[in-house]
Amino acid sequence: MIIANNVTKKFGKLTALNNVSATCGKGQCIALIGPNGSGKTTLVKCMLGMVIPDNGFITFNEKNILHDWLYREHIGYMPQIGRYPENMTIGQLLNMMKDIRFKSGGQSLDEDLVKAFKLPDLMQKRMRTLSGGTTQKVSASLAFLFNPDVLILDEPTAGLDPVASEILKEKIIAEKQKGKLVLITSHILSELDDLVTHVIYMQDGNLLFHKSIDRLREDTGEQKLSKAIASVMQKN
Amino acid sequence: MKKIIKYVIVDILRNKIVIAYTLLLLAISFGLFNLDDNTSKGLLSLMNIVLIIVPLICIIFSTIYVYNSSEFIELLVSQPLQRKHIWMSLFGGIAIALSLAFFIGVGIAVFIYSFTPAALILLGVGLLLTIIFVAIALLAAVYTRDKAKGIGISVLLWLYFSLIFDGLVLFILFQFQDYPLEKLMVVISSLNPVDLSRILILLQLDVSALMGYTGAIFKDFFGTQTGIIISFVVLLLWIWAPLWASLRRFNRKDL
Repeated sequence: MIIANNVTKKFGKLTALNNVSATCGKGQCIALIGPNGSGKTTLVKCMLGMVIPDNGFITFNEKNILHDWLYREHIGYMPQIGRYPENMTIGQLLNMMKDIRFKSGGQSLDEDLVKAFKLPDLMQKRMRTLSGGTTQKVSASLAFLFNPDVLILDEPTAGLDPVASEILKEKIIAEKQKGKLVLITSHILSELDDLVTHVIYMQDGNLLFHKSIDRLREDTGEQKLSKAIASVMQKN
Repeated sequence: MKKIIKYVIVDILRNKIVIAYTLLLLAISFGLFNLDDNTSKGLLSLMNIVLIIVPLICIIFSTIYVYNSSEFIELLVSQPLQRKHIWMSLFGGIAIALSLAFFIGVGIAVFIYSFTPAALILLGVGLLLTIIFVAIALLAAVYTRDKAKGIGISVLLWLYFSLIFDGLVLFILFQFQDYPLEKLMVVISSLNPVDLSRILILLQLDVSALMGYTGAIFKDFFGTQTGIIISFVVLLLWIWAPLWASLRRFNRKDL
C-alpha cells in the first residue's frame, strides 16, 4: 500500500533520512523501532506529506503522494505530541473534524474509542486545559474516527495510563484483524510483542533492516521482541 | 475550503481584538467628523489616521494569528485537504474578518457624514490596504519559524512602508533635485501601497492644489480615470505578489 523509494531528507546539516526504502502492505502491523533521533517520526511525516523529501518519492496505492492530498482520506494519524487549537473544546474539535472529513453517503464513523475513553463526559473542556494523557486519548480517537485503511500511530501509548493503553491496544488488534495496515513507532517494546507482524529498525536515518517478526526471532534466537532488538543493537 | 474559512472567522471573532479594532475605528471616524463642520477636513484627518493604523493593526494581528494557528494548520495538513486550500482559507478568513471590521468602523461614518467620491476612494483603498497587509503578514510569518522574529519582521515592514520609504524618497529627491524626477516619482510611488493610497485620496480632495509641480504631474496621471484604474490594478498586484510567494513557500514547508 505504501511504498517509500530512496527517500532522503536533510534538515540543514543533519541527515534525518538517508536513502530509506520500504514497502508496507495490507494487513501488516509494522513496528518502527530505533533510538531517539533515528528518523522514525520524519519517515512517518513524509508518508503523510507533512515533510517533503529532498530526494526519492513515496507512493500510496501506486500513486505518488507529491501534489496529491486525497490519499490522506485513507489514513488515520495519531501524532507523537498532539497539538490542537487551544481555544476549542473537545466537542468542537471532534465536530470540526467530522465536518471537514465527512462526505455525503460516505463512511460510517467509528466512535468506539471516543466512548471507551469516556470522552463524552469531557466534551466541554477546552484543549489547553487537558492533561497530556487526555490529549493523547483525543488524538487516538481522531485517528480511528473515520475508519481509515491505514493507521499511523506515533508513540501511541506514551502518556496513557495502563487502562487506556490496554483499550488502545485491543482496538489496534481489532483493526489489524480487519486487514488494515498499522504503522506504530514505539519505545516500549514489550507492548508490541502481541501486536506486530513486521519490524523496521532504523538508526541515524538509515533503515537497517525490515523483517517479519518470525524471521527476526529465527535470526536472533530470541522469542521476546525486546530481547531480539537488544541483541541486534549490541551487534551494531 | 468554505468550511475552513468559517472556522477561521469564528475563531477570530471569538478573540475580541477584532471587535475592539472595529470600535476603535468607529470612535475615530465619528470623532473626527464631529470635530469639524467641514467634512472634507474630517476626511483628511481620517485618511491620515487610517493610513497609519490600518496597516499596523492588520500586519501585526495577522502575523500573530498565523503563529497562533500553527496547531490548527498542523492538524489540517495531516487531513485530506490541499495545502493550497488551507493557506488560502487562512488568508481568506483573516482578510474577510479585518475587512469587515474596517468596513463597519469607517464605512458607517462615511455614509452618514460625507458620501463623496473622495470618501468612497478612502473606503476602497482602506479595504485594499487591509488585504495587502494581511498578505504581507502571511509572507513574513511563513518564512520565519521563530515567532518573535516573525513579529519583529512585520513591525519593520510596517515601519518601512509607513516611514522609511518616504524618508528614502525624500532623500533621493533632494540629492537629485537638479534632474527632472517628476515622472519617475509616479513609478516610485507605486512601489509603496501606502503612498499610492495617499496620493489617490489626496487628489480627490482640494488640498492637492498645494502639492506643487510634482502634484500637477500626479494630477495628470492619477487624476484621470485610466490613472485611477492603473493604481487599483497596482494595489491588486500588491495583494497577489506576497500571497503567491507565501503560498509557494507554504506548499513546500515542513511541518
